[in-house]
Amino acid sequence: MTGPLPARMLVLWCPDWPAVAAAATAGVPLVRPVAVFSANRVVACSAVARGRGVRRGMRRREAQSRCPDLAVFTADDGRDARLFETVARAVEELVVGVEVVRPGVVAVPVSGAAGYFGGEHRLVETLVDKVAADAGVECQVGVSEGLFAATLAARYGELVEPGEGAEFLAPLPIRELDQPGTERAGLADLLGRLGLRTLGAFAGLAERDVASRFGLDGVLAHRLARGRSERPPLRRASPEDLAVAEIFDPPLDRIDVAAFRAKGLGAKFHARLADRGFACTRLGVYAVTEEGEQLGRVWRCAEPLTPHGVADRVRWQFESWLRAAPGERPTAGVARLRLEPEELVEGRSLQLGLWRGRSGGTGLEEDDVVATERAGRAFARVQGLLGPEGVLTAGLGGGFGPAERARKVPWGDRHEPGPAEEARWRGRLPSPSPATVLERPLPAQVFDAEGNPVGVTARRRVTAPPHRISLGGEDRDILGWAAWYAGDRRARVPLLLAGGRDENEEAVLALCVGTENPVWTVEGMYD
Amino acid sequence: MTAVVETPVAPVARLAALPGVSTASRAQARTPGRVLPVLPALAGLLPATGLRRGSTVAVHGSTSLLLALLAGATAAGSWAAVVGVPSLGLAAADELGVDLSRLALVPRPGTELAAVVAALLDGVDLVAVNGTVVPPAVARRLSARARHRGAVLLSLGPWPGAEVELSSSRDRWQGLARGHGSLRARRMSVRVRGRGAATRPASAELLLPGPGGAVVGADTAASPAPVTQPVACEEATG
Repeated sequence: MTGPLPARMLVLWCPDWPAVAAAATAGVPLVRPVAVFSANRVVACSAVARGRGVRRGMRRREAQSRCPDLAVFTADDGRDARLFETVARAVEELVVGVEVVRPGVVAVPVSGAAGYFGGEHRLVETLVDKVAADAGVECQVGVSEGLFAATLAARYGELVEPGEGAEFLAPLPIRELDQPGTERAGLADLLGRLGLRTLGAFAGLAERDVASRFGLDGVLAHRLARGRSERPPLRRASPEDLAVAEIFDPPLDRIDVAAFRAKGLGAKFHARLADRGFACTRLGVYAVTEEGEQLGRVWRCAEPLTPHGVADRVRWQFESWLRAAPGERPTAGVARLRLEPEELVEGRSLQLGLWRGRSGGTGLEEDDVVATERAGRAFARVQGLLGPEGVLTAGLGGGFGPAERARKVPWGDRHEPGPAEEARWRGRLPSPSPATVLERPLPAQVFDAEGNPVGVTARRRVTAPPHRISLGGEDRDILGWAAWYAGDRRARVPLLLAGGRDENEEAVLALCVGTENPVWTVEGMYD
Repeated sequence: MTAVVETPVAPVARLAALPGVSTASRAQARTPGRVLPVLPALAGLLPATGLRRGSTVAVHGSTSLLLALLAGATAAGSWAAVVGVPSLGLAAADELGVDLSRLALVPRPGTELAAVVAALLDGVDLVAVNGTVVPPAVARRLSARARHRGAVLLSLGPWPGAEVELSSSRDRWQGLARGHGSLRARRMSVRVRGRGAATRPASAELLLPGPGGAVVGADTAASPAPVTQPVACEEATG
């Protein structure tokens, strides 16, 4: 048992925040069951919905079958952050040093405020009343040593006595290690299967045994289970000013522009810390508007922030500032933004791949990281020239036609998991796919041997074999064709055309819709 | 293995063209003059049995051929970007072996084309550009930039001063009849012309795409090719 106990903290937790925020935005009363979905799975649901059998991770269809009047929303981090600003502001009016952990959770240091309000119980009461009055939401409060224990205390609604953090944690189930944003599900699952079913059982192991078997992640989790802080903050003051500031001219007053600038700023901020071997667990976002208003908020994180994490928090903060209710909104755009590392920990940038290395690690991964960073800088520069939509990355998803299968997102954004690629799409064309997929399909006309237009019937047949195609004012003979029906009176028809340039046979992909007045378009070319 | 061997093949370059060895070659390939790997079926066609860093390669008339050239290097970990081709078929790219997670698209560079391509050449190993929209003076400047930066510039369409030009002719499709079957494979004759070390023209018959999507030499496809077999079965069930 080494090291001092972490500082005593109070955590205020609004249960089911994504569901509460979604319902508030849409004006749905909370007596109606509400669930928030991402990739067709429940990520959060209201207490009413939970009472009716909706659970996290459930498919949408199953959730709706258990609860037919369920109000369904898609997940939106920006919305969650925007609405949470009112809660953070309410807490801030009573106590100083408010840190947002994630939308739904704020942490405050407890020592000073408890003294002022006359004890922790009084402080908790005052806070809960204030949040209910100002923001109109319910919350739970917990007090303990360190962020992890305090968050769990809030979940169980406990005020843990000073020094009894470890005792409070000991009987809790091991899966509590997997808090949102920490990605410890695998470790918690493994420990559970090894027979360590409570945090206390895990905490009882010797630290060196944990280190030799579970690596760095295991040691950090072990520290948490023992009621220590995950990594002690660096006591030494940083030798120089590590803050990153940027002046915007013209001032930022649009979310999408702010989100784009946040990405660059996040990468710069992270690189600056990483160069000096630091990482940041508490990020201060400070802005000055054109009219001279000062805005500021501190974000706390259990894990050291990645460039993505920094950018996300800056974007969320902008959403809550720029989309606040009139009266609370700043009167002008943001002219200056400063990111300050409020708490530093030792960086882990050099140990990348030590435990999490990809299979067959050959030592070349570092080389790969360098190449990826180099490419990323080039793409960011092009985005600077053309805007964020200028550089796209692609993935493939499910769909019938080649254009529907392509999923394109701006470089730097994550691919949302869509309908599974493996899902069976009956009537989908077999490979090969056309190498050219036209953005605007070309109109065409297709005739049979008698010169009548060819259509597709509701019984999934062509009215006559296609014989000739008129495409761009040019008539070509059809040497081969086959129809793939994608619905009633709708077929994709690969056509093999005679007499191309350089004696080439050309193949095109045509789409036919309709029977009597068929509309033919050419969607792509197998060139 | 290779389709046509008209130029003597250096052992190192041939090793670099093998998929398993590619990462090692990439590690040395930072210096100009090294070669980015291509698919084995295409290695025999190219003067250096791969895409020499700093060179410009023009591809005429076939988007599939361009994608096939990108496939080997992206699968080996190189980054690639395609500029000014909004109609690029991504499913086809995937089937031909391009690693889509290593591919970036700049569909509409507009008037910033020269600046965009120059920026990409600084950071990306392979940059493919729609050659029909680039004025000749700009094209020469970009080729010089690629030479300086050790990147490979590929053009879809004509490009003044390209070191290697590939063009396809006599395309013949297999598998699609009147009313039944499906497009299965295309036999094409690829002709290579070049300057400098690549003056001697070469040509090869390729199946692009071959049965199952991958590229194979037409001669090797005639004999039983166990390597492509599992892929073919897997795709056929879809």
